[in-house]
Amino acid sequence: MKLSKLAIVTAMAAMVGGTPALADLVFPSLSYRTGPYGANGIPFADGYADYFTLLNERDGGINGVNAKVIECETGYNTQKGVECYESTKGEGALVYQPLSTGITYQLIPKATADGIPVHSMGYGRTSAANGKVFSHVFNYPGTYWDAASIIVNHILEENGGDVKGKKIALVYHNSAYGKEPIRTLEELSKKYGFELMLVPVDHPGQEQKSQWLQIRRERPDYVLMWGWGVMNQVAIKEAANIRFPMDKFIGVWWSGSELDVAPAGDGANGYKSVTFHGVGDDFPIFEDIKKHVVDTGKAAGAGDQVGTVLYNRGMYAAMLAAEAARTAQKMHDTKELTPAQMRDGMEALKVDAARMTELGLAGFGPEINVSCENHGGPGLGAIAQWDAAKGTWSLINEFGPADRGVIDALIMEDSKAYAAENNIPERCS
Amino acid sequence: MLYRETGDFSSTYAADQQTFPIRSERYLFWTAMAFAFLVVPFLVNDYWEKSVLVPLLVWSMAALGLNILTGYCGQVSLGTGGFMAVGAYACYKLMTAFPEMNMFIVVVLSGGVTAFVGMLFGLPSLRIKGFYLAVATLAAQFFLVWIFNKVPWFYNNSASGQITAPERTIFGVAVTGASAPPWATYLFCLTLVFVFAWVARNLTRGQLGRSWMAIRDMDIAAEIIGVQPLKAKISAFAVSSFYIGVAGALYFSVWLGAAEPTEAFGIDKSFLVLFMVIIGGLGSILGSFLGAAFLTLMPVLLKNVMVGGMSWPTDLAAHIEIMLVGGLIVFFLIVEPHGLAQLWRLLKEKLRLWPFPY
Repeated sequence: MKLSKLAIVTAMAAMVGGTPALADLVFPSLSYRTGPYGANGIPFADGYADYFTLLNERDGGINGVNAKVIECETGYNTQKGVECYESTKGEGALVYQPLSTGITYQLIPKATADGIPVHSMGYGRTSAANGKVFSHVFNYPGTYWDAASIIVNHILEENGGDVKGKKIALVYHNSAYGKEPIRTLEELSKKYGFELMLVPVDHPGQEQKSQWLQIRRERPDYVLMWGWGVMNQVAIKEAANIRFPMDKFIGVWWSGSELDVAPAGDGANGYKSVTFHGVGDDFPIFEDIKKHVVDTGKAAGAGDQVGTVLYNRGMYAAMLAAEAARTAQKMHDTKELTPAQMRDGMEALKVDAARMTELGLAGFGPEINVSCENHGGPGLGAIAQWDAAKGTWSLINEFGPADRGVIDALIMEDSKAYAAENNIPERCS
Repeated sequence: MLYRETGDFSSTYAADQQTFPIRSERYLFWTAMAFAFLVVPFLVNDYWEKSVLVPLLVWSMAALGLNILTGYCGQVSLGTGGFMAVGAYACYKLMTAFPEMNMFIVVVLSGGVTAFVGMLFGLPSLRIKGFYLAVATLAAQFFLVWIFNKVPWFYNNSASGQITAPERTIFGVAVTGASAPPWATYLFCLTLVFVFAWVARNLTRGQLGRSWMAIRDMDIAAEIIGVQPLKAKISAFAVSSFYIGVAGALYFSVWLGAAEPTEAFGIDKSFLVLFMVIIGGLGSILGSFLGAAFLTLMPVLLKNVMVGGMSWPTDLAAHIEIMLVGGLIVFFLIVEPHGLAQLWRLLKEKLRLWPFPY
């Protein structure tokens, strides 16, 4: 009787209070499990939460300190994203993963003023790769401009290095996210002499008949896609309908998950996308996740996403955050971290092949080496191709570099403009 | 007891015609204002500012604007999101072109630009009415958002098409940008909303407001008694768009700090403001505030109760929140089709008679 009463009181206190014990390392997850982008948001959020659950269950946290994930639903909506940021930042949040280019743009000035780092992994503002200007924003291991350049490199490779006179179309989400690669592609089209054709698709992208009619009429040699959510599925289905050759249709890393190709069935066979990490569940870490997280019923969401592309990406993001926390703990010789220490850890983050093997992720991604000047990481990517019969993605080439000459110049130009607009002095000197 | 006019005599016309003729209501209003201006700024923190108070003020401003057009002049508009975008982009262009300009002036000028655009899109209202006008303003919504996405001049050629508000100050205190203190942004919005709500209240009581209401109630009859439809309708569009433009400027510069047109100013914003006006009460200044409060505070409250209080999964909470808000809207419209303002009016009637109702 007494004991049950006590249990109820503690449960009530936990419910009402909800504040973490001081020792927890807090990783907020601005997830979206609802709305037109929910299908893509769920696997990422699951992967992010499951990795921290794995660390807590298997290793007892990060160097003995429990990791705590606070989820907040944004619905891919910037206003809700800001509300989520304001409501979670007081709980000791160490690093934010906004998972939306729009929300990232909102958080860059806010988080910098509050001294909390933002990790926009492979999205957000590309020029944030210049650590001299953006002190609290990181986008390692790659940026949209890297992605655009890696795709163009792949096209060059397929055509023996000559794409003069070829026509390349970009089908993009008509938002900050989709517009990001245009600058780079324009530069590259000048450099290599291909013709660039821009085909915007408005949010959310359910209806793309006119865009694909245009593509059918103008017959581009390649189509690139910067899409997200339902837009990807519709575009791939439309491409299959007009019988556009799928191996000439290449998406960015946010347009290359199982969810995107599945609705088109066999028609999607051969569709390609660029990626900055490995695909499939053939890595030792997935056995641990199965054993410690899924089988014990602690998996986030329905627990059915393990090993999908976006789940892997969420898990990868969590892994990089955990490694940065470890680095920060070592640098500052402490167990409990502040956001400022976490930022230092992210800036000194090094994940080499040996460490990846230790983590059970051998060959999952390229080596990462963040520095004060370079927050954009190695900028390597590989091309993955979809096999509709087997229902799997597989990498068809090695992780390769982007055209650094073109991209670094663009990053410098854009970040300098931002620094001038906002009176930010250069760091790292 | 609380709300009584006994012993409250007015001996001049001015006293008889004031906005709050009953003393206790006047006291209530001024106490609330004193609390909002003198107490809240000392209590406000980042969360309250960015998630509760500034959104409430911004949407109240937008709802005021739409209420003037739809509630007082009877012209249905679905272009609110587009007009807010005009205010926001005007504000952005002015902020970046004249960095030294006082933010009050920037915001008011943005409202002026929007008023001009609103007048242009209000011209069809002279020929078409009702649903047809709603469709014409819907065209404004899509056209304006499209043009802000299409023409790089509006977003200063930035790579992503986003506009970002730089830091601007008033009397040396930042009111926009990331390092603006919460009390400053709150007071800035509150001052603007207070002043313009005052103006709106008095506009609607005066000659102009009466001509709007005449047009709303029956335009042919109004024309016969000498109200010029051109003047009344276009002035309603201008004043309404001015308010919505100011709301858009505050929405972008103070609240969000960055915006992209398709997401921040989509058609859903037009509907949101229209719902606020309908739920709050058409043709009521108080109704604009009540409607805005209902639709901005209710989701935040429900979210905090379900996720923060009861630790439910976030996706479940988000779905239930949508259903509950929708259900409440239907409930309130069935219980009181004239909106929350009418509920308040009825409550006052009851209070006057209490404890001896007949």
